[in-house]
Order: sequence, then C-alpha cells, then structure tokens
Amino acid sequence: MCGIIGVIDRTMARMDGSSIKKALGLMDERGSGEGAGYVAYGIYPDYPDCYAIHVFFDNLLEPKSDVDKILQKWGRIVHQEEIPTYEQPGLKKEHIPWRYFFKPYTDLMVGTTNPDDDNVKRLVMTINSNVEGALVFSSGINLGVFKASGWPEDVANFYRIEDYKGYIWLAHNRYPTNTAGWWGGAHPFNLLDWSVVHNGEITSYGTNRRYVESNGYKCTMSTDTEVVAYLFDFLGRRHGLPSDMIVEALAPPFWDEIDEMPEKQEEFMRTLRLTYGPALMNGPFAIVVATKDGIVGFTDRIKLRPLVVGENGARLYISSEEAAIRVMDPEVEKIYMPRAGEPVIGSVVE
Amino acid sequence: MEVEPLVIDAKGMHYTPLNKMIRAAVASGVKEIVLNNVLGQRFIGNGLRGDAKIIINGVPGGDLGMFMSGPECEIFGDAEHAPGNTMDKGSLIIHGSAGDAVAHSMRGGKVFVEGNIGYRGGIHMKEYEDKRPILAVGGTSHAFLGEYMAGGLILVLGIGHEPAVRDRGIGSGIHGGEIVIRGDVNDKLLGVGATKVLFTEDDLERLAPVIEEFCERFDLDSSSFLDTNYSRIIPSSSRPFAGKYTWD
Repeated sequence: MCGIIGVIDRTMARMDGSSIKKALGLMDERGSGEGAGYVAYGIYPDYPDCYAIHVFFDNLLEPKSDVDKILQKWGRIVHQEEIPTYEQPGLKKEHIPWRYFFKPYTDLMVGTTNPDDDNVKRLVMTINSNVEGALVFSSGINLGVFKASGWPEDVANFYRIEDYKGYIWLAHNRYPTNTAGWWGGAHPFNLLDWSVVHNGEITSYGTNRRYVESNGYKCTMSTDTEVVAYLFDFLGRRHGLPSDMIVEALAPPFWDEIDEMPEKQEEFMRTLRLTYGPALMNGPFAIVVATKDGIVGFTDRIKLRPLVVGENGARLYISSEEAAIRVMDPEVEKIYMPRAGEPVIGSVVE
Repeated sequence: MEVEPLVIDAKGMHYTPLNKMIRAAVASGVKEIVLNNVLGQRFIGNGLRGDAKIIINGVPGGDLGMFMSGPECEIFGDAEHAPGNTMDKGSLIIHGSAGDAVAHSMRGGKVFVEGNIGYRGGIHMKEYEDKRPILAVGGTSHAFLGEYMAGGLILVLGIGHEPAVRDRGIGSGIHGGEIVIRGDVNDKLLGVGATKVLFTEDDLERLAPVIEEFCERFDLDSSSFLDTNYSRIIPSSSRPFAGKYTWD
C-alpha cells in the first residue's frame, strides 16, 4: 500500500507545494514513515535551459569530486549548490541533497536525434552505477524531485516544498513491502523529463528490467518503480510513442478484448502487444507519470489499486483517495473513477 | 429523558480522537451524532454497537462502519474504499458514490449507495442463518462485482446506465448468495463460476421490500423498478471450485 497524488494546472499557472503536502499528509496511513517525496515542474525558471541534476551525496569529498569531474568532462556546470534543507526531529539526514544546473556539450554525442538528453541519461547511468556515495535522483530541465525517508509532512518540511512553485506536482507516500526503505527508494523516480509515482508492485520487474537493461539503462535503486521511469523514457522519448500509446503498451487490453475490436484497431493492438511484450507490466499498480507537457494516470488492467480523478477548470487531479483531492481543492467540481487500464491524461494547453 | 444529539465539527481532526468521541458518546447513551466537515477520517463507527444514528456530512475515509453492529450511518457525500467492511448489523446509507471493495466481507446489515461503486463491490460477502447482508446500488458498478461472494444479496439498479453494468468479471469465484442487476447482462461479463438464471415473479416478490426501502431512502419512485426485468446471477454449482486444487 502507498499513497499517490498528482495535479496539473493545464494553463501552467504555478502552485506552491503547501497544498499537496496537506493532501499527502491526509494519506499518512498509506505509508510507514520510510519514504515520501515530491516532484514539481516549472520550479527553476532562472535556469530554463539547464538540466537540474539533483544528487544524494554521502559526503562532499570523494563522491562529489568524482561527480564534478564527470559533469565537467561532458558539459558545463552553470551553477551548483546544496539543496536547502531544514532539520526535522522526525527525519534523519542520511545524505546531503545537492543540485547542479548543467548544460551538456551537444557535439559529444552522435547517432541520436536528441544528443543532450542522451548525454545526460548516460551520465546519470554512469554516476549511479559507478560512483560510490552518489546517487542522481532527478535530472530534468526546470523540474526537481525532493524525497527522503520519512513521513510526508517531515519530508515536505525538510525541503520546505512550499518555497517551490510548479504547474505540475506529483507526490508519494511509501509503504515499502518488497525492498527496504531508503532515500533512493522513495518516489518519485525521475529520469530526464519523466517522473513516476507508483502504488503497488511490478511483479514483471525481472522481465521489464532485462528489457530496459538490454537497451542501455541500468537499474540501481533496488526497487521496481525505477523500471517504469526507464520504460517511459525508452518508449516515449526514444521510440516517440505518445502517452496514451505507452499506457496501451504497458497495460494493454486483454486478448479477448482485442479479438472484438474493429479490424484495423485489432491489428494495431496485436502488433503493439507483440512488439512491446517485454514492456508489459504485470501485478497491482496505480501510476501517475509526469513530463513537462502533462500527466498521465493509469492502473493495472484488473484495478488492484485505487485511483480517483478530480477536475476543476484548468486543474486535473489524480489520487489514491478522493479526500486528498478535496483537501487540495475544496471547490473541485467533478470526481470520478477511471476504468482499469484506461489512461487519464492532463495536457498543458499551449 | 431525551438525550440531545451530539454535533462534532471534524474539520482537520485526526480519526483517532474523532472515533474516541463517537464511542464515548454512544456509551453515555447519545442516540444521534452529527459529524460536520468530515474529510478523509478513516474507520468511523468501527466496531460500534447499539442503535445510534450517525449523520456524516462530508467524505469519510476508508473502512467506514467496519465491524459495526447495529448503528445506522447516513452519509451526505461520497465514501472511499471498503465502507461496510465485515459489517455485522445496522446500515450505511450513502448519498453519493463509493470506492473499491464496498461491503468487503460483509456479514449482515445493509449498505445502500445512491451513486456508483468501484471495483470488487461485495467481495467475499457471506451469510449465515438469519444474517444476510444486502448491498444495493443505485448507479453502476465497475468490474468483479461480487467477487468470491459466499452469501447475501447484491442489487444494482443502474439508474442512468444502459446496460446497468458493462464491466467484466461479475460474480467471479462466486460460491454463494445472489447478484441481481436490472436489465439484461451480457454473458461474456460473467466471471468464472457464475451463471445467469431466470429472474422470476417469486424473485421479484422476495426483493420488492429491498427495492422499496432503497427507493424510499433516496426519494425515488419505486414503481418503475418493480415493473422491469432483472438478471439474477448465482454460483454455477454449490461447489464450483471443488476440483480447482484437487483431482477426482
């Protein structure tokens, strides 16, 4: 059991983090105090073209000098600083959260249509699998993940997330079941522009992991959700599938449903299922994924985890519990439960 | 002596002190409790006995009325997951919709939902002798309605929905009780172990009091629901899974 909530303002009006903190706090019972986190899009307008690389350092000596060296080799560090944190009695500071604003050298990558993203993706994989005492947990442009081991309110207060303003927020309260709770295992999981919060478990993790690892990703965070971020990056960025099609590949309709589709759609779904068989996710899950362009929420095909949607004008909310949405927005107009496996999409209106 | 209703403003309150107040009030003889500004507080009315009436204004959290035995909760708002979880006696009257696993393992009493319910409504409902729980739904239900059902009655009127239910897995694993849905139910929506049988005049006569009570609680005209067809879904045999883990 975990608690998730996401919100987008489709006009890109920015909200501070105070209301999502309250919403996640309402779902304290869905966690165990071993992990909570937030991600917000649009928080670094002063660095609109830099990758915001958030790193957990065990200390600022060897691990940091190694990371500095790698980053300086592959690009330019425009600015760097310790992420401001504020001591909380209920939270033990186990790592030092640091952030770099980084511009990769575009001409160092060949054979790709998006050299900057591929450069940064490669750096994240390199640092996380090779530099002991350093973990990159956020690497997108104009967005940032803030997470730790602790209760939702403590983690929010530790980073003072009310000081950040974003037009998309996702939040997660963790109840670790299969692997231990630690800072890197808290959600959201992020790679480049993709951020993921997830309630449930991916029982197909082994198959999915082999699939992404054979395509240049490395799983280093000892928990299943990480693989979802890489699947979205692989299918969405590298293969260029739109969000609804990624969801159809990851949580496709049952074969008997495909059999009854009109011929053209049937052929398409059959091809999609066969092409992306190893990306299919099994097990109970409710997931919300964000990019700078919007959010998408979906559940496993037999709906083994809760998901509720709320709408109020430009704002779309996706959450484990209705009350959490109402805490964020007492005026919410429309509340409904999406059908299993069907994506709920909230896109930025340009 | 008439005891005054107790009014509690639950705004921002954690469920533990709230539930303690409710229990203390019922123990001291209060017969009616009004909870205002409820939002997300779990476990309201858990294990509560007696004949108190609790009016809940707002959206209560999960497991509303769990193990409750006797009281009536009337909710003016939606409910979250598993209202009526293992409820023993009494009733939940929900003027709104509810989340997944409504009436989970319910063993007696009534859960009436005016709107829709989520997935796995009535999962593991059971009955024993005169204890026969009822889950009645005014709107529609998502998939796996009456999953692993062992007893009791699920009634879905499907108001505003044609067909009343369009999600799969109805009665998946059912081995007792009955699921009654207004109108026809497509055979392909039936779950493993479930079978659809003719809904007879006797059935209608038997269910009429439930339909009438439901309509009365939500101010609906019952006549159209007493003059229409239903589908009745029951276990395909008394032990549909006898051969599941053992061989003949």
